[in-house]
Amino acid sequence: MMDTFKSGSRLEKVLRSGHFAFTGECGPPKGANVAHLKEKMAHLKDMVDAVNITDNQTAVVRMSSLAASAIMVGEGMEPNYQLVCRDRNRLAIMSDILGAYSLGIRNMLCLSGDHQKFGNFPEAKNVYDIDSMQLIAMVKKMRDEGRFINGEDIDVPPRLFIGAAANPFADPFEFRVHRLSAKINAGADFIQTQCIYNMDKFRKYMEMAVDMGLTENCYILAGITPLKSVRMAEYMAGQVPGMDVPVELIDRLKAAGKGNYAEEGIRIALEQIAEFREMKGVAGVHLMAIEWEHKVPEIAERAGMLPRPSL
Amino acid sequence: MIIADRKPLGEILEMIEPCNTLLILGCKGCVTVCNVGGQKEVEVLSSLLKIARKKEGKEIRIDEKAIERQCDPEYIDQVREMVGAYDAVMSIACGVGPQFLSEAYPKQKFFPGVNTTFMGGAVQHGVWEERCAGCGTCVIHFFDGMCPIARCSKSLLHGPCGGSDHGSCEINKDVVCIWDKIVRKKMENGRLSDLLEMKPFKDWRTARDGGPRRRIREDLT
Repeated sequence: MMDTFKSGSRLEKVLRSGHFAFTGECGPPKGANVAHLKEKMAHLKDMVDAVNITDNQTAVVRMSSLAASAIMVGEGMEPNYQLVCRDRNRLAIMSDILGAYSLGIRNMLCLSGDHQKFGNFPEAKNVYDIDSMQLIAMVKKMRDEGRFINGEDIDVPPRLFIGAAANPFADPFEFRVHRLSAKINAGADFIQTQCIYNMDKFRKYMEMAVDMGLTENCYILAGITPLKSVRMAEYMAGQVPGMDVPVELIDRLKAAGKGNYAEEGIRIALEQIAEFREMKGVAGVHLMAIEWEHKVPEIAERAGMLPRPSL
Repeated sequence: MIIADRKPLGEILEMIEPCNTLLILGCKGCVTVCNVGGQKEVEVLSSLLKIARKKEGKEIRIDEKAIERQCDPEYIDQVREMVGAYDAVMSIACGVGPQFLSEAYPKQKFFPGVNTTFMGGAVQHGVWEERCAGCGTCVIHFFDGMCPIARCSKSLLHGPCGGSDHGSCEINKDVVCIWDKIVRKKMENGRLSDLLEMKPFKDWRTARDGGPRRRIREDLT
């Protein structure tokens, strides 16, 4: 039988076969500490279907997502290679895409990237030669037409499963689902959302997405970041643009009492996962346990996500 | 117009430290309109520098002048008799001024007294905002009269990004998210479908990325 997969990645196969997907996240180290990176990755092995490798997230310099993704491939795991438009022009991006595929990477998340103002080099020049929408279209053209965006042929096109991000909580809310539809039209095979805390708003967003037929052409993975503390919740609510943390959620965390915040945060995440599994149009969960990779096995187990499907 | 800010006084004093004579040269173009480099500002800067130098016990002779424009050889030529008689000339025109002066008077030392910042206009008295990035290929008609190249922090052609927050940009609450404005105007006017179309990859050759730009109008040369 002919292989009809776009990329043949595990994530693609899991989604195509109708399983509820489960992806994780791993931030590369602030240095070349490969041992530490492998240790962080090990917590996620067999717990998730693919692991996002972040690209200088919040504009803080770290080991390149390309290198860390390749290391992950070497560890027998599947990365979801993140790439932002902030730091590289179209030449570098196309070159990195070819390099990524050559190194065995099969999933890629196309992002514009946080502004460098947030990071540790705010004085840097940014690039933004293209944006995330165009990046999606670029990867699709390279993969499906075997051409660079200038029309030149590619000698062995990169077969990548194309991901994109969506933030249902950024403004203007009414436009968000339209932007999602534009990303899907541009070529996104799957979407990972920003961390969801406001469930009411997300339910509404998903209803709109389902009504517009968007979930028929694209897999949507709901983003979750378990809250570790009241401080973290308050920081997310007040300091992170485009993040929506309802005050009731912070109150619930507080009510759990000192020493129980992390457990309460995990319980909230588990309740969310349970709801997402039943929610129309949601094809999986993307768990961003920031600097909490070692908790992923516990969360996966308690959420009933294990074992992951063997394909 | 071109907007500029006066350099900090300390930096200017450091520049002119070895000078005993100085000409401050203003420009009656854009920098006069944005209150940074006209006749009035020439006089103010001159007083400030003289006072500061007197305090240091190193008095300086400063002459003051403003010309019509420092981006035009015809006007640059008007100070031919003056330049050369000073240890330095401080131009408080935009960055074009001190360069045109240096080209016309190669033996004279010139200092820039302002930092040239952007192309924009006054949104209220004393407040200027950027409007144009000079990319060489205008696209504002696609965005209902608002330029995302100049006004979106990431120059997105398909915004707003996930950091758009109650009409503000993720980099600072005081920075307007121009994409929020574009989207709202499109929705109000029933033109949302415009934003669902993919914009072509921008050709940056007409911008600074294509190298320094030169314009030749055959009908005028």
